[in-house]
Amino acid sequence: MRETTPFFRSARLWQKWIDSVARYTLMILLALALFGLILLLSGRNPLLSYRDMLKFTLGSAYGFSEVLVAMTPMLLTALAVALPSRLILINVGVEGQLYIGACCATWAALTFSHLPAYLLLPLMALLGMLGGALWALVPGYLKARGIVNETITTLLLNSVAPKIVSFFIFGFWHSPVDTDKTANFVPAARLPTFFGTRIDLSFWIALALLGVFWWFMKFTRWGLEMRAIGGNPQAARRNGIPVGSYLVAAMCVGGAIAGLAGMAQVSGYYGLLLANFSRGIGYMGFLISWLSFGDPLGILLMSFVVAVIFTGGNLLQLTQALPFAAINLLLALTLFVVLARVRFPAFARGKAS
Amino acid sequence: MTLLSVLGVISSAIFSGTSLLYTTLGEVITERSGIVNLGLEGVLLVSASSGFAVTCRTGNPYLGVLTAALVGGLMNLVLGYVVVTRGGNQLASGLALMFAGFGLSALIGKPYVGAKIHGLPRILLPGLAKLPRLYTSLFQFDMLIYLAIPTAFLVWWLLYRTRWGLGLRAVGESADTAFASGRNPWRIRYQALFVGGLLAGLGAAHLSIAYAMNWTEYMTGGRGFIAVALVIFSKWHPLRAIVGALLFSGAVAFQLLLQASGVKVSPFLLDTIPYFLTLLVLMVWGGTRRYAAPASLGRVYHGTES
Repeated sequence: MRETTPFFRSARLWQKWIDSVARYTLMILLALALFGLILLLSGRNPLLSYRDMLKFTLGSAYGFSEVLVAMTPMLLTALAVALPSRLILINVGVEGQLYIGACCATWAALTFSHLPAYLLLPLMALLGMLGGALWALVPGYLKARGIVNETITTLLLNSVAPKIVSFFIFGFWHSPVDTDKTANFVPAARLPTFFGTRIDLSFWIALALLGVFWWFMKFTRWGLEMRAIGGNPQAARRNGIPVGSYLVAAMCVGGAIAGLAGMAQVSGYYGLLLANFSRGIGYMGFLISWLSFGDPLGILLMSFVVAVIFTGGNLLQLTQALPFAAINLLLALTLFVVLARVRFPAFARGKAS
Repeated sequence: MTLLSVLGVISSAIFSGTSLLYTTLGEVITERSGIVNLGLEGVLLVSASSGFAVTCRTGNPYLGVLTAALVGGLMNLVLGYVVVTRGGNQLASGLALMFAGFGLSALIGKPYVGAKIHGLPRILLPGLAKLPRLYTSLFQFDMLIYLAIPTAFLVWWLLYRTRWGLGLRAVGESADTAFASGRNPWRIRYQALFVGGLLAGLGAAHLSIAYAMNWTEYMTGGRGFIAVALVIFSKWHPLRAIVGALLFSGAVAFQLLLQASGVKVSPFLLDTIPYFLTLLVLMVWGGTRRYAAPASLGRVYHGTES
């Protein structure tokens, strides 16, 4: 059974929180040490690199805002995995749903560019979500009918989606200058930004959606029924819960959120559609969601950590002449350490365990 | 359309399909032992970059191929530690391996971007020496191409005609039962991962050392995921993997043929055909319940006490 006491009143839960924070901190330190070793081997100074990373990401207001910008798509894609995961659906297809969402939103941005922002932006978001949901509908349906496992179908569709995006860009939408991207969107198709930084509206929407997700799972009938299906699908079915409909719906809502993430990428971050723009954001969302067990607060923390690493990596590209992709290694090491649940000696874990 | 252009298309399809066949065979072995490796993309990238780097440094492509294969095996062993020994989730750990591959290959390959190498020597298909020069140039393949289909038979023999293969398949179906009959599921899974990694490394070596003969970031372009799909398409059987690889090469060939004959079809749309075909095949099989995945695919083996 779930603990129902509010956590601020429960000392034991606090203890558990402190304990797990300490564990995760140690894990991240271990990953940093491993990556530092690799930096050292490639002839770079790890301590200097980490100091630069920290100073840039957490030491300045601008750097911190960039962390929040990098965090936005991760929050959304992780949520797109977390919601179906409550029904034990493994949505590896966020990458593809993201591309299709971005593609549909771009179509709206290019076709209705004369509309004012208050009409165009909702339209783009709606189409993006619709595209993502449609892309998830097929795997959801096949799973609900017991025909094909959703892991396989979503993976296959992931490979298809970027090609469809490329088809539209190279065939129809490319700008006069570049063949692999569209022209810049009109200002009305751009999400508004805040505080003179690149933080755009989608960040606040992502935060709000996380809150809605938490409330939905905890306080609504649908949330209760979803938890029942996640606990025991057979029992849920015998109790008259329409399990199949829930499976399809959860996949589609997950797809819609992923599509929204795609819309936010083109409308907010890039301001245009670029071939192969994602490079794994969807897979990152899967990892974040998996590591935080689909828990909203966990998603928030994990996304923040990953975003700090990514943003810091951006800087290392400049100061240490590291290829940008190299930061993926630090990220992967962090994930490995967490996935392998490295056990630390008792003194490091504290008394609680 | 001339005979020459048709032959040219077939030749380039063979070149692009070879790396896929090796990778798929490797993944057949690992999945038969019960482990899904979604990180193949990363394994391929690291193997391709390190093989290329060694070839560049030593000037010897064979050393490069050897390095690529070994690096592939080692990458898979890293996954093995996380998923076999520590019991991490296979899908998530595989994706983490993919990101590790993105990063590591970028680090390894950076000094060699734009470098030139002498790739694997190409040997004319025997018996064709009398053809005109224009034609013979299309039938000069490297060693890895000639060995690809024999390798598929070798993998089939290993899996179906040796004790080792029997044990491996047993672990993939039911680790508990295999353990009860005296096999060591952990060791067998490590072995399967290593051999699978070697084969993936060979595929990657063909890509960077024999086919493209250069290194660029993300050069594998999703081949790792294609291989995972092809394993399903070939129903976890090494000989059907040949058919799967042919399907993808065929799609490449078809696309080139259409371009050569002046038909305007987007190459991107043609690229999607094999995926839809695989999906279709899966749907048909799923309906008839002849779905042949190893029964304990993706499960952690904890031992008998838990």
